[in-house]
Amino acid sequence: MDASFFLIQTLNGVQYGFLLFLVASGLTLIFGIMGVINLAHGSFYMIGAYLAFWLVRETGSFALALVLGLVVALAVGWLVERVLIRHLYARDHLYQVLLTYGLILIFNEGQRLIWGNDVHGVLIPSSLTGSIPLTEAQAYPIYRLFMSACCIAVAAGMYLLIQHTRLGMTIRAGASNREMVEALGLDIDRLFALVFSLGAALAAFAGMLSAPVSSVYPGMGEQILIYSFVVVVIGGIGSIKGALVGALLIGLADTFARVLLPQVSGLTIYALMAMVLVWRPLGLFGRR
Amino acid sequence: MTKSITSTSRRRFLGGVGAAAGVAAATSSVPTRFAIGQQAKIKVGILLPYTGTFAALGHNITDAMKLAINQAGGKLGGREIEYIAVDSEADPAKATANTNKLVVGSKVDVITGPVHSGVAAAMVKITREEETLTVISNAGAGAATGEMCAPNIFRTSFTNWQPAFPCGSVVLKDGHKRVVMMYWKYAAGFEFAGGFRDSFVPGGGTVMKEIQVDFPNVEFQAHLTEIAALKPDAVYVFFAGGGAAKFVKDYHAAGIKIPLYGSGFLTDGVLQAQDEAAVGIKTTLHYANDLDNPANKKFRADFKAATNRDADVYAVQGYDTGTFLVQAYAAVNGDTGAKKQIIAAMEKATIDSPRGKFTFSKAHNPIQNIYLRQVKAPGQEVFLGVAHEALADPAKGCKMA
Repeated sequence: MDASFFLIQTLNGVQYGFLLFLVASGLTLIFGIMGVINLAHGSFYMIGAYLAFWLVRETGSFALALVLGLVVALAVGWLVERVLIRHLYARDHLYQVLLTYGLILIFNEGQRLIWGNDVHGVLIPSSLTGSIPLTEAQAYPIYRLFMSACCIAVAAGMYLLIQHTRLGMTIRAGASNREMVEALGLDIDRLFALVFSLGAALAAFAGMLSAPVSSVYPGMGEQILIYSFVVVVIGGIGSIKGALVGALLIGLADTFARVLLPQVSGLTIYALMAMVLVWRPLGLFGRR
Repeated sequence: MTKSITSTSRRRFLGGVGAAAGVAAATSSVPTRFAIGQQAKIKVGILLPYTGTFAALGHNITDAMKLAINQAGGKLGGREIEYIAVDSEADPAKATANTNKLVVGSKVDVITGPVHSGVAAAMVKITREEETLTVISNAGAGAATGEMCAPNIFRTSFTNWQPAFPCGSVVLKDGHKRVVMMYWKYAAGFEFAGGFRDSFVPGGGTVMKEIQVDFPNVEFQAHLTEIAALKPDAVYVFFAGGGAAKFVKDYHAAGIKIPLYGSGFLTDGVLQAQDEAAVGIKTTLHYANDLDNPANKKFRADFKAATNRDADVYAVQGYDTGTFLVQAYAAVNGDTGAKKQIIAAMEKATIDSPRGKFTFSKAHNPIQNIYLRQVKAPGQEVFLGVAHEALADPAKGCKMA
């Protein structure tokens, strides 16, 4: 175990953290701004992955599949919000949990009907195949670096959108005082629909990006959902910055625990969450 | 409508005549229960997953089992069959209720299934007490024909130990002495790992490290870096389904050139998804698609014709379950009450399976060949040879063995 070993493991952890951020950012957006607990968030990740598989097969182009997939994901998110979620804003969280849990079952069954239960692979686009040798025994795939670059771009884009645009301003205003924004004549309903479909699209985008490395299989959404919730809780509900820091923390902690403390690696992220909550009950960047 | 009623009743009438003739012809050698039992259909209970991750397996096992029975005339010991299928959802939490539905509720004569080992554990617990004839058509949990073994419980598939054991010798024969093992930290993972170790370590091999991954976690990157740093001669893994597809792709993408070995479940059903990443992998299993024997060729063609799907190892196990039932009930002319005689017939059965002929051990598990296969090109896995001939499970803890 030399220095290069730890450097590569750090790279693994950071890279994993970025991917977690991409999924969790959508969740924290929906959770923090709209106050909706969306258990079906992992389903959007799964839908994204299956869309990538299906669209790459139909169009033959990964880039085109990404664009088309994003459009479909935005549409599905919009539809779910308009038809189902919007009726529950005034209700207790329990109703949202019940509804979105039901959505998980529906989406999983839909996946089974449309795409079946087989495990599918998605080819890495030819311009991104290949890898960079790190040591004599291991190389780092270029595609994984591309994924990290995409995640950084999305993080930067979200920061700009929320902090420096008019739309971002209304989103922030809507989050802190919904009634006031309505009284000022802004269409909060449409704003919330937009935020929800944006969150769904972020999860789907993460699914599409990871499809070539993770393969596409039933139940992939539920696994990522739990990690996303841990990230959001650690980072502080509703904070994008918190989601980024939380995701990197989880990525690094999970990676190093597997190597250094394999006996308890399954517990690491939950132990980390418990410690953060004892120290800061609202999460690292949470505000009341 | 009227017409169909006449035709059924005529068939029933003819059947009755046939039965009467059969009883008359067989006279005193037939137990009295035969005549009484003759009227009812034999109830075959099926507990398999038809929804969820394992749905494809459940369908292949069921369809192939019915194919075998239909090819033998669609009857068991001359009696009509009533299939009663329950969707197990591969959910151990529902397994007790689902088994009871079949065993106590429908009072099935024989129960077959399941895919999931956790479901099998619950099922065997009940059928042991109720003494319902049980034929396990997939689940590989060692205990079912180990410490939980019973006269009425048979298995036509494999124990997790079986396909893993010969792989240790294969790895040694290929000249690899130092190995890293990696598998999911759950019951099946431990049993596969144990099987591999049982032949690899006594044969002179060294296990450098056993990396256990929480089930069903599929984030492998940290462990791949570990493997690359340890530089073993070879790597032995147990993963299945989506995890197997992802592991093989990650391993390939990480540029690790160390030879990869595994059980057949590393590639079965996910070979297309793995594509070029799987090329070179060697696996051991009790079946290979391209086995060169007449039974296999005929079976693959028949299964394709009947279902329009390609047969796999699960279909083979279903098919053998069907053949097994046909032989067992033929031996007692369909007398479901003659349990002792049925069990005796089952113990002596030889199944002419697409995987090659096999018989049953004292613990009621197949004594079967394990084959070595290798992925030669994307999506193409070929039979290399027999890794272990007529291998029996050690059946640890079984009082019958």
